[in-house]
Amino acid sequence: MLNIMTIDWVLWIIGAWIALGLLGIVALHKFALVARVFFPLGAVGGLILAYAAARALVSGRVESKQLALGLPSLPFHLRLDALSAFFLVIIGLASFGISIFAAGYFRNGEGTAPGLLCLEFHFFLASMALVLLADDAYSFMVAWESMALTSYFLVTANHRLPKIRAAGFLYLLIAHIGAIAILLCFGVLQANTGDYTFANMRAQNLSSFWASAAFLLAIFGFGAKAGILPLHIWLPEAHPAAPSPVSALMSGVMLKMAIYGLLRVCFDLLHLHIWWWGVVMLALGLITAIFGVVFAAVQVEMKRLLAYSSIENIGLLFAAMGLALLFRSYGMNALAALALTACLYHVAGHAFFKSLLFLTTGSVLHATGERNLGRLGGLIRFMPWVAWLALIGVLASSGLPPFSGFVSEWLLLQSFLFTPGLPQPFLNMLIPIATASIALTAALAGYAMVKFFGVIFLGQPREEKLSQAHDAGKFEKIGMGWLAILSIGLGVAPNSVIHLIDPVTRGLVGDGIAHNASANGWWLVTPTSIARASYGPLYFLFGVMAACAVAFVLVRLFYHARLRRSAPWGGGHPWRNSRMQDTAEGYGQPIRQIFEPFFHLERHLPKPEDTEPEYSVAVSDKFWEGIYMPIARATEYVSAKVGRLQQGRISIYLLYSFITLLVILLLVPTARR
Amino acid sequence: MTELSIQLVNLFASFLLMLAFAMLAQRRVLTLINLYSLQGLTVVAATTVVAHMTHQEHLYYSAVLTLILKVFLIPWILHRLVKRLNVRWDVETLINIPSTMLVGIVLVVFAFNLALPISRLSSSVVPGTLGIALACVLLSFMMMIMRTKALPQVIGFLAMENALFFAATSATYGMPMVVELGIALDVLVGVFILGVFLFQIREQFESLDISHLENLKED
Repeated sequence: MLNIMTIDWVLWIIGAWIALGLLGIVALHKFALVARVFFPLGAVGGLILAYAAARALVSGRVESKQLALGLPSLPFHLRLDALSAFFLVIIGLASFGISIFAAGYFRNGEGTAPGLLCLEFHFFLASMALVLLADDAYSFMVAWESMALTSYFLVTANHRLPKIRAAGFLYLLIAHIGAIAILLCFGVLQANTGDYTFANMRAQNLSSFWASAAFLLAIFGFGAKAGILPLHIWLPEAHPAAPSPVSALMSGVMLKMAIYGLLRVCFDLLHLHIWWWGVVMLALGLITAIFGVVFAAVQVEMKRLLAYSSIENIGLLFAAMGLALLFRSYGMNALAALALTACLYHVAGHAFFKSLLFLTTGSVLHATGERNLGRLGGLIRFMPWVAWLALIGVLASSGLPPFSGFVSEWLLLQSFLFTPGLPQPFLNMLIPIATASIALTAALAGYAMVKFFGVIFLGQPREEKLSQAHDAGKFEKIGMGWLAILSIGLGVAPNSVIHLIDPVTRGLVGDGIAHNASANGWWLVTPTSIARASYGPLYFLFGVMAACAVAFVLVRLFYHARLRRSAPWGGGHPWRNSRMQDTAEGYGQPIRQIFEPFFHLERHLPKPEDTEPEYSVAVSDKFWEGIYMPIARATEYVSAKVGRLQQGRISIYLLYSFITLLVILLLVPTARR
Repeated sequence: MTELSIQLVNLFASFLLMLAFAMLAQRRVLTLINLYSLQGLTVVAATTVVAHMTHQEHLYYSAVLTLILKVFLIPWILHRLVKRLNVRWDVETLINIPSTMLVGIVLVVFAFNLALPISRLSSSVVPGTLGIALACVLLSFMMMIMRTKALPQVIGFLAMENALFFAATSATYGMPMVVELGIALDVLVGVFILGVFLFQIREQFESLDISHLENLKED
C-alpha cells in the first residue's frame, strides 16, 4: 500500500468522487441515501485526500503521470508538486466539513433533485482537484471549465426563481470571459512551439513584452474567477443565490483555485519577473480589498455581506502576491517567501473561516427562512451552537488573535514593513499608503464582522417567528465544528502550518521562512528574527482565557453572582420593543456617509404627510452602471444593426451569397497575380 | 475527329447558355421543367462527346447516371410535384424579365472575363467552355434570386448543379467517380427534401409564395 504514489491516491479520490456523483444519478430521488450516505462518503474522501496531499507536501517529492484520456495524442499530463499538494490539502480539509454539513443541509423537494445535486457537488470537487493536478493547458482548461459548469448548476439549484437564473447567467458569462483570457495566456506562454504542456512552457524564455502580455492575461482571466475589481460583480449575486454549502465551497475553495492559477503562472511558468507586475497586482489587490470591505459593511443581506467580505479577502491575497512578485523581481527571495507565506496562510485561513461563516448563514436560513439582517436578531438564545461557531468564524475573519486570520494578516503586515529595503525610492514612498490601507481594511473587516454577528445573533429577535428557530442538526454541527477547529488550529499552531507552506515557497521563489520562524521554539513565530517581531499565539490564548477567568471569578466573589436579565437602554421609554435596537442599516450608516463616493445610493425618505412613513436606502455598485451597462447597451446596439441584415426574405439571403460569390470571383485573379 | 468533337462540345456549351437564358425568361413552371430536362440532355451529350474524345471510361458512366437522374427521374418527380401541389400557373418574377435578361448579359460578360485567364492555363481540349459553364452557374443563381415561388427556385438550384457538372467535365475531364456519385445522390436527396418542404410550406401558408416566409422572422 505504501509504495503507491501519492498522485495515485489523489486520482483514486477524484475517481471516487466522480463515482459518487454517478451513483447520485442512479439514486436520483432517494433522498435519505444520497444525503446520509453519499455526502458523508464524499467527506471521508476529502479527509483521505488531505492526508495524502499533506504527506506529499512533507516528503517533497514531485510526481507526474499521464492519463490517456480525452483526444488521441493529447493525454492528460498530471503533476503533483508542493504547490498543488498544499491546495489539495485545503480542498480536502474544507470539503470534509462542507460535505458533512451538506449531508444535513439539503432538504428534499427543494429545486434540483438530490441525486443531481450529489452529482454536481462531487463533480465540482473532482474538477477542482483535477485543476490542481493538471500539467498541460488542455487538461487544465477541461478541469477549469467543468469546475465552472458544475458550480453554475449548483448556483442555479433553485432555478425556478428568475433572479437565481439571472445570477447564474452572470456568473457563467464572467467565468467564460475569464476562461478565454486564461486560454490566450497559455497560448502566449507556449511561445509558438505548439506544445501545450506546462513542462514546455517552463522551458520557454519569453521576451519581456510577451511575458507581460501573458501576465496581464493571467491577471484578467484568473481575476475574473477570483472576483478582482472590476470583475467582481458576479460574486455578490451568485453567493446569495447558491445553497449555503455551495457558497461555502465556491467562496472558500473555488476562489482559491484562481489564486493557485496565478501563482502557477507567475512564479512557476514565467521566469521573468518585472517590478511593475508586482505594483499592478498590489494596487489591484488593495483597491479590491478596500472596495470589498466597505461594501461588506453596508450590506443588509447576510450572504451578500459575506460575498463582499470574500472580495476583500481576495484583495488581500492579491496584495500579498503582488508584494511577493515585487520582492522577487529585485531578487529578495527571503522577503518574497515571507509575503508568499502570508498569502498561502491566508488562503488556508480564509478557506476555513469563510466556509464556516457561509455554513452558519445556511443554518440560520433554514431555521428562520430569513436572509435579511433586518429581520433577524437574538438568535444566540435559540441557536447557541450556530452562534458560538459563528463567533469563532467571525473572530478569525476579523483577524483577532489567537485565530487564523490574525497570523496571516500579521505576516502580511510584517512583509510590508520590509519594503523600505526595495531599491526604488518611488515605491518606497508609496508603499506606506498600501500598508495603511491594509490596516484600514483589517479594521473595517472587523467592523463588518461585528455587524454580521451582532445583528444576527445578539439583541432582541426582530420578528415573532424567530423564537421558533431551532438549532442546527447533527451533521451540520459536525461540519461547522470541524471548520471552527481548523480555524482555531491555524491560529494557535502557526509554526506547524508554516512548515507545511515552506516546501511551496521553496519551490516557487527558492526560499522559505520556516527555519527562521521556529528558531525560537515552536510556540513563537519569528518571521525574520526575534529582535524584529515575534508572535506567540498561546500567550494570547492563555492571556484571553486568564482574563476571562479572572473576570468570572471576580464577579462570582465580589458581585452578586446571579444571572440577571434587565432592560438595557430603557432610555426613559415607557415601553420598548425590538425595533428600537440598532439595525443593519443603522449600523452601516457611518460607513455609508464616509465612503459615499463609493456607492450608488437610492434613498427613499418619508414625506411629512405620509401616514405610514417608510425609510429605505438601497446601495448598489457603481461598476454596474459605469462599466457593465455601457457594454451591454453597446452590444445591443451593434446586434440591432447586424440584425437588420436578417430581412426574412429568401431572395435577399440568396442575393447575399450571390454578391459574396461575385466578389470572391473578382478577387481570384488579383490574388493570383 | 478531335476537331469535330471540340466543335460539338462548344456547340453543346452554347446550347447550355441559351437554355439558361431561356429558363431565366420562362414564366411557366411546366416549360421550366422541360427546359431543365433539356439542359440535362445537353450535359449528357457533352459528357459523352468528351468521354469519346478522351477515352475515359468513367465519363460514360457518369453520362448514363446523369441521363437517368437529371433527364428522367428528377423532371418526373418535379412534374408529379406540380400536379400534386397544383401549381401550374405562371410564376411572377421580382424584376421584369427584360431587365433580368440585361443583368444576365452583364453576368455572362463578367464570367467570360473571369474565365479567360483560367482557361489559358487549363490543359483541357476545350478551353472556352469554362466561361460558359461559369456564366450558367451565375445565371441559374440569379434565377433563384428573382423568383418568388418555391418551385422555380428549386429548379434554379438544380440547373446550377447541372452547370457545375458541365464545368467539371469540360474543363477538367470530370471529377473522380466517387465524387460524382456523391453529388448525384445529393441532388436526388435534395430534391426529395425540397419536395417535402414544399408540401410543408403549402400546408402552413396555403400557398407556395415564399414571401410568406418573411413572417417567420423574429422581431
